Amino acid sequence: MAILFEYLFNGAVLGIMYALVAVGFTLFFGVLDIIKFSHGDVLTLGAFSGLVSFLALQSLGLDLPVVGLVVVLAAACIVTGAVGALIGQAFIIPMRNASGFNILLMTLMIGTGIREAIRLFYPNGANPKAFPALLPKTPIEIGGVFFRLDSIVLLGLGFGVILLTNWLIRHTKLGLAIRAVAQDGDTAQAMGIPFKTIVLATFALGSALAGIAGVMHGIYYSEINFSVGLLLGVIGFSAAVVGGLGSIWGAIIGGFTFAALQTLWVVVFPDASGYRDVFAFTAIIIAMTIWPTGIIAERYSERV
Amino acid sequence: MKLTNLTTSFAVAAIGTLLTGVILVAENQWAVIGALLAAAALSIVLARLKIGMVLASVLNESSAWVALLIPLGGVIIGFALHEEDFVLMMLATVLIYGLACVGLTIQFGYAGVINFAGAAFFGIGGYTAALLGEWGIPSLLIIVAGGMVAAAIGCILILPVLRTKGHYAALITIAFGLLFRSFLEVNHTLGGPQGLKVEGASVAGHSLLDGIQLGSFQASFYLNYVLLALGVFTICFILARNLEKSWIGVNFDAVREDPIGASVFGVNVAYWRIMAFVIGNFVIGLAGAIFAMMQNFIAPSNFTFSDSLIMLSIIVLGGLGNLWAILPAAILVVVMPEKLQEIGEFRILVFAVLVVLVLRFRPSGLFPRALRKFRREVAQ
Repeated sequence: MAILFEYLFNGAVLGIMYALVAVGFTLFFGVLDIIKFSHGDVLTLGAFSGLVSFLALQSLGLDLPVVGLVVVLAAACIVTGAVGALIGQAFIIPMRNASGFNILLMTLMIGTGIREAIRLFYPNGANPKAFPALLPKTPIEIGGVFFRLDSIVLLGLGFGVILLTNWLIRHTKLGLAIRAVAQDGDTAQAMGIPFKTIVLATFALGSALAGIAGVMHGIYYSEINFSVGLLLGVIGFSAAVVGGLGSIWGAIIGGFTFAALQTLWVVVFPDASGYRDVFAFTAIIIAMTIWPTGIIAERYSERV
Repeated sequence: MKLTNLTTSFAVAAIGTLLTGVILVAENQWAVIGALLAAAALSIVLARLKIGMVLASVLNESSAWVALLIPLGGVIIGFALHEEDFVLMMLATVLIYGLACVGLTIQFGYAGVINFAGAAFFGIGGYTAALLGEWGIPSLLIIVAGGMVAAAIGCILILPVLRTKGHYAALITIAFGLLFRSFLEVNHTLGGPQGLKVEGASVAGHSLLDGIQLGSFQASFYLNYVLLALGVFTICFILARNLEKSWIGVNFDAVREDPIGASVFGVNVAYWRIMAFVIGNFVIGLAGAIFAMMQNFIAPSNFTFSDSLIMLSIIVLGGLGNLWAILPAAILVVVMPEKLQEIGEFRILVFAVLVVLVLRFRPSGLFPRALRKFRREVAQ
């Protein structure tokens, strides 16, 4: 029973990471109806810039426990936010009338470019890098079940960030503008909403979430690798699609669903844990057959 | 069709063949760069001047004999370089990737069915060849079987693809590509990450591992694979071209451009999508089987998601739906990274930047597909 709770808990930490990535995909899809596949590699970039900022702090002798975490998160968010907005400005907004497939392929290639750049230009970047333990890994016992303290903090942090994003979208003027652009870009523009600024702000916001997810990934696994972004990007995309593109809650449900599928497989077939991803992706394909537009379907009607 | 048009077109084709040969042989970095610049200049000339339109119309409107230019050029290059193992292997790789891209063009270029799992179907063909090779089945049958198995597995995947559209359909093929790779990595009967050994092909009792010998003429055994790939490529090319010109091609165009409009006019959208997906996967599977036989060895790392992207990049860089553009694009994508060893480590980065720039500034590809001249086709 105790071991089951531990699996459940670890699945929840994975789920919150996937959900953070998926929320980014769903935000981008909301405002421009595009898939920005460089998202996963932007996440890697966030983790690496967090690592660099920590090394800088260390050389200054300022690596205090809480300050370190805050600075690393801030650095990751700023870098990923800026890169996300830059990609939007330089490549996606000028191409927004091109076919969705072209944008998908182009952003995949931008992601490949980022990944290769990290591998080549970060010192010894082809090997996994140790990520600093910004949070204590002390085990905590609750009712006979052991949890790692850092995982509890990460889970709380993830939920906090998602609730904050939801508040931002639902209850602020920026969020109102984002929702207006998502519903109908042209009408929003006619109402005086600066379309381009809002799109770029959305890109920055979504990418900053990926930055946080990257740092969380680094802390959770204690290492970071240049190629982690590809799989996380695809998982985040699957989560967003299964939940229903354009819906934040759909993305969160999708993220937890994916983590649950992986965990379920490992719990039921511990000997064949290598087939974890095969099972999860098969389940995703079957789920898509049942709900072709995701669990929370996009509300739209087709005009002929 | 005027004689002058034919001569100019033939001259352009000859220059193209010559350039291909030079790019393949050149070992000096400057020679490679020079040949690439010449190719770029040629493509700009073709895009801007009348000669390009003349060439396009000759290639598109003449009957199927014009496709025989490909085996002609290939045989000339192949026999001219008959001793260079590496060069011939690259030429065969270009043809095999080109063959897979013919399949992708039928799926995505003609019918608009997206497939991000090209490398997975390529791998299905390859693994089929590896498993059947142990039983002593004739090689040509094995190649066909590779195509059949790929098409059969594609028949299962088409069900979710038909129910979804746009990005949702893209996800299904991406997920399939990834799960195929993970499956190979952990499945021990298929060799796991180490992969499988594949029997080389033999045609009419003659093993393709023995080079052709005619008196003083001794060729590398890769020449055999160049000829095999060239043969299959030409057959599939002509069939695909006929498909495009026929009423089936008109149905594909209608389904791609406007599915709702097509269904209003009584075109069975699902039927044509299945048709394109199955035919395309068959061709990709053929290519995979030939690739496995040539390599003599396959592993999951041959069939990654990036390989699917490379195939899609070829058809998009060339010009979506333009069969002729596959060959120059495949040469660019397959040969250039091997040749520019100077940039070595940086080649994937350079390649990614190149694709991004082409998509950004020339979204319809280097040689866009010509509009269908429906009236003239009907008159024929």
